[in-house]
Amino acid sequence: MSDAKWLTEFPQLDRADLLAIRKFLDGAYKDFSRAYGDIIEAVFDPLLYFLVWFEKLLVNAPWWIILAVIVAIVYAATRSWKLSAGVLVSFLLIGYFGMWEDTMRTLSIIFVCTLLSIVLGIPIGIMMSRSDRVQAIVTPLLDIMQTMPAFVYLIPVVMLLGIGKVPGVIAVVIYAIPPVIRLTNLGIRLVDKEVLEAATAYGANSSQRLFGVQIPLAIPTIMAGINQTIMMSLAMVVIASMIGVKGLGQPVLKSITNQYFTLGLLNGLAIVALAIVFDRVSQAYGKRTQRHLEGSH
Amino acid sequence: MSTASTNEPLLRVENLYKVFGDNPKSIIPMIEAGKSKDDILAETGHTVGLKEINLQIEKGQIYVIMGLSGSGKSTLIRHFNRLIDPTVGKIIVEGTDVMELNEKELEQFRRHRMSMVFQRFGLMPHRTVIENVAYGLTVQGVDKAERQNKAQEWLDTVGLGGYENQYPSQLSGGQQQRVGLARALCTDADILLMDEAFSALDPLIRSEMQDQLIELQEKLHKTIIFITHDLDEALRLGDRIAILKDGELVQEGAPEDILLSPATDYVEAFVKDVNRARALTVETVMRPPAHRITALTIDDALSQMKKLSGNYGYYVTKDGYQGVLLQEKLEKAAKLDGSSPVGDALFEEVDPLSPDSVLEEIIPETMESNYPLPVVDEEGDLQGSLPRSSIAEVLSVKDDSTDDPDKKAS
Repeated sequence: MSDAKWLTEFPQLDRADLLAIRKFLDGAYKDFSRAYGDIIEAVFDPLLYFLVWFEKLLVNAPWWIILAVIVAIVYAATRSWKLSAGVLVSFLLIGYFGMWEDTMRTLSIIFVCTLLSIVLGIPIGIMMSRSDRVQAIVTPLLDIMQTMPAFVYLIPVVMLLGIGKVPGVIAVVIYAIPPVIRLTNLGIRLVDKEVLEAATAYGANSSQRLFGVQIPLAIPTIMAGINQTIMMSLAMVVIASMIGVKGLGQPVLKSITNQYFTLGLLNGLAIVALAIVFDRVSQAYGKRTQRHLEGSH
Repeated sequence: MSTASTNEPLLRVENLYKVFGDNPKSIIPMIEAGKSKDDILAETGHTVGLKEINLQIEKGQIYVIMGLSGSGKSTLIRHFNRLIDPTVGKIIVEGTDVMELNEKELEQFRRHRMSMVFQRFGLMPHRTVIENVAYGLTVQGVDKAERQNKAQEWLDTVGLGGYENQYPSQLSGGQQQRVGLARALCTDADILLMDEAFSALDPLIRSEMQDQLIELQEKLHKTIIFITHDLDEALRLGDRIAILKDGELVQEGAPEDILLSPATDYVEAFVKDVNRARALTVETVMRPPAHRITALTIDDALSQMKKLSGNYGYYVTKDGYQGVLLQEKLEKAAKLDGSSPVGDALFEEVDPLSPDSVLEEIIPETMESNYPLPVVDEEGDLQGSLPRSSIAEVLSVKDDSTDDPDKKAS
């Protein structure tokens, strides 16, 4: 009878064995982070300095200068008075309800995360578009990054680097980078074959093809990817606050634990306002680079 | 650099095969053994794109490669600048085997020797018209002022001056293809590849573009390789025509060869619906010049004419063709003074035909005339004569086959 036990119960690893495996892996990772944690932290030091500098810049600069700059950027990108006025009002309200400093912190971290995602994501996307093998390797990784619960990869990051801004940025970037990679790859692969063939026929070398034809024509798709990346990093800000990223996420976290509905709502709305600004600005910019598509016959 | 001798053609394709699939080289022996395309596809999953292509293209020709879709014509033209690499075979341009070029040499070759016009234009939508025209020069690294100047010149030549700063999407199809043509001419490459360049345009614009191409070619004397599925277009443009079917070269020759002596049923079926009166020129139909009269005096001319059997003659001196003489008029003149020289007053008031004229244009004149009209070239030399019977003969071939109800049904 005992021979057929596997029929009724799933043949399972011994609890002791499982524990041993877990202990071994955790131990190995702990040893690794003890041995190399400092070095890896040092690698990220420049990023940390930049983050701190940029955050201080936004927090310490007089609010009206920052506000003027933001509204100016929105207007320059969208050429819409309505949207610019809307942005002005929502930022005034954010300040009036005492969320200015947190908003600036979030703004700075989102800005850095987006920048990092673009700087890392676009080259990876380009590599994927040029080689089916790279695509076959990277695609499942991106799937994992997007579906793995964010908390799970927060653990090793925190173990390695402790809590603070840099692990926060890393977590946000891991979560938010897939769209820009995917859509860069897609955009380049979708470039009209005949146009690319024309470039080749006129003797363009591979970098002339890439920078002169493929990337410019993929820009609308790449911009959609960047836009998604920004939205996802804003969503990730709340979770990142659990590992010590200051900003709008922390009051939200506090309101969850203490059931402060109004505080949560206000900070949530501030995140929405930021999202709208980023979204509209990046989309309007993307559209303005594609003016040549207007007026087709 | 070039080892080409004087009678070496500009471009030579030798024994070219193209097979699509996982292991194309392994298929070549099967093709050579004579297995059909369908059998090879069924047995091995490989598609035979081109089979044993041999071509010679002379400098300054418009060489038309024609075939229906799937005949491999677009694949073939992409071999010339190696947008597609052959499975086996050689492509030799002025003694240089294009297959031997490394990547850098190939880029240089594409930049300076060949340019290409595409069926769907292949313009860069994010560049303005003038930037598109200058694209070849941009790739070569020519500085901005120079390439703008040159692009402007070619843009004016194709009749698009004033559109410099538009984007391609703002132009009509015909205008876009003019931009494509200007781009191809702007690099000064001596070989122009045109892949169904006019097929996407509506008929009126297409014939305008054909005229423009012919006009440009008269000035530029490029070597143009033109792909089309339209036999009328092929006959109109081509100095030589090659017909492809299922990746094989079925017939190659001058337009009139194709038209008058189709090599296979396939070509014949193609040729059947062509308007011959529009496709054939006087030169291809005319008879060799008989009835030359060279005598100095009227009497001598008359006796020469009598020997020639016929009541007409073409008066020719060392300066070339002078005019048509008719027996009736000569006899009258001989009665007055047979020893006087043959003069202008005796000639018939008739314009000689040009050997390049299309039959359609000269049919009325030929039909009205009682004698075969003389054919005289630009230098003023008598080249031949065109009797009504020759025209009738050439044009009636088509009617024999199409009016036969049995043939139509089959």
